[in-house]
Amino acid sequence: MLTYDHIAENKIKTAILIAAFLLLIIALGFTFSQAYDAPGIVFFAVAFSTIMSLVSYYFSDSITLALSRAIPVKRQDNEELYRVIENLAIAGGLPTPKIYVIDDTALNAFATGRDPQHASIVFTTGILDKLTRQELEGVAAHELSHVGNYDIRLMTMVVVLVGIVTLLADWFLRISFWGGGRRSRDSNNAQGIFLLIGFVLALLSPLIATIIQLSVSRKREFLADATGALLTRYPAGLAQALEKISGDREPLEAANKATAHLYIANPFHAKQKTSVSWFANLFNTHPPIEERIRRLREMNIG
Amino acid sequence: MMGGWIFFILIVVVALWFIGVYNSLVRSRNRVDEAWSDIEVQLKRRYDLIPNLVNTVKGYAKHEDSVFTKVTEARTRAMAATAPQDRLQAENMLSSTLKSLFAVAEAYPELKANQNFLQLQTDLTDTEDKIQASRRFFNGNVRDYNTKLQVFPTNLLASMFGFTARTFFDIDEKGPEGQPINVSF
Repeated sequence: MLTYDHIAENKIKTAILIAAFLLLIIALGFTFSQAYDAPGIVFFAVAFSTIMSLVSYYFSDSITLALSRAIPVKRQDNEELYRVIENLAIAGGLPTPKIYVIDDTALNAFATGRDPQHASIVFTTGILDKLTRQELEGVAAHELSHVGNYDIRLMTMVVVLVGIVTLLADWFLRISFWGGGRRSRDSNNAQGIFLLIGFVLALLSPLIATIIQLSVSRKREFLADATGALLTRYPAGLAQALEKISGDREPLEAANKATAHLYIANPFHAKQKTSVSWFANLFNTHPPIEERIRRLREMNIG
Repeated sequence: MMGGWIFFILIVVVALWFIGVYNSLVRSRNRVDEAWSDIEVQLKRRYDLIPNLVNTVKGYAKHEDSVFTKVTEARTRAMAATAPQDRLQAENMLSSTLKSLFAVAEAYPELKANQNFLQLQTDLTDTEDKIQASRRFFNGNVRDYNTKLQVFPTNLLASMFGFTARTFFDIDEKGPEGQPINVSF
């Protein structure tokens, strides 16, 4: 039912992501300790990167939920939603995830967590209001497929780890450009190092973007659409939901660049329509919604 | 000497293959059993709901005794059934008697306005949905397991260790899928 190869691939990619993060931060620490002749910095870098990896493994879902301003839903508040998700979870052989709501009229949803036992599904109030039960089932099944496929672990850790690296790169570049003039001649050496690291990290940024691209490949969305259709046996439900979502021009305020790839549809889609060049498409975290609808319409599930 | 090594490596490779296939078969079989116990949870929930439902309907529809006995009997039979095939039939029977119970309820407007009855009806519908869902998961696992058993060369090893195919849990055997297909030229 679930694609076991894809699960293994996701687990490996998560391990690679953590390893790359550890290596990058420790290499940074090593460069500094050489420049200042202070071996302590290496230990600090090791400790920092280890703690950050652990934090992102265990708490990235809470961080993501807090970033998106999601509030937990109680069973008695929305029994219908609970029923829909429980039934789909049973059909997929998964434990029932925790359910959250973002108070926003935009139509969107995402899933987060480190494994199916610690998963959460988030809906905007807009999507709950505007979709019919069958369409909502389609969306919930898509999100549950991300849970079952371990997409959520990789995608959520990307949010935190890549976020940290991007922040650091930004930080070093600022120091090297703006802090350069006011320093004395003695620290010329250190300045050079800052500048170098800033440039290296700046050069790395496209690489980081590529990592995000790799980890959130479009294949993942198509696969979740297909697995979701297997759960509901009704691909038209999700297709209709996607049509409604693409018709909605309202951006989701609670989403930002770091969390955009988590959502079922690009939360900034209001602006996206105008940029049709292949270059914009290259940095798009989601496959075109029309393409997904077409594939869903063509599915034939007995 | 060389030939001896090649023979030895061959033995090791075959042994590893045996172990791998055997373990994967055990894993799939356990998955099927686990999925079955998920269905049982939902079936049990349905058994628990029925006495309450029957009593509520009884309060309004006193003259429909035959329906109540049928439902109660079907429930007892389903709970007592052990062999998978009997169980299947008994559960299907129970589903159809429940349908007739709700058909009876249609004739009593006060009953349909009863809050307790409405709640029981929603719960039962939800349980039926959950039985459907767990059944689908079970059948998916049975399909994967049976496929493993039947493909070559795993089938040789499977029959050697006595792995046997499982049957699908089909709720309504008289549904369109269950009908024999007649093709005339």
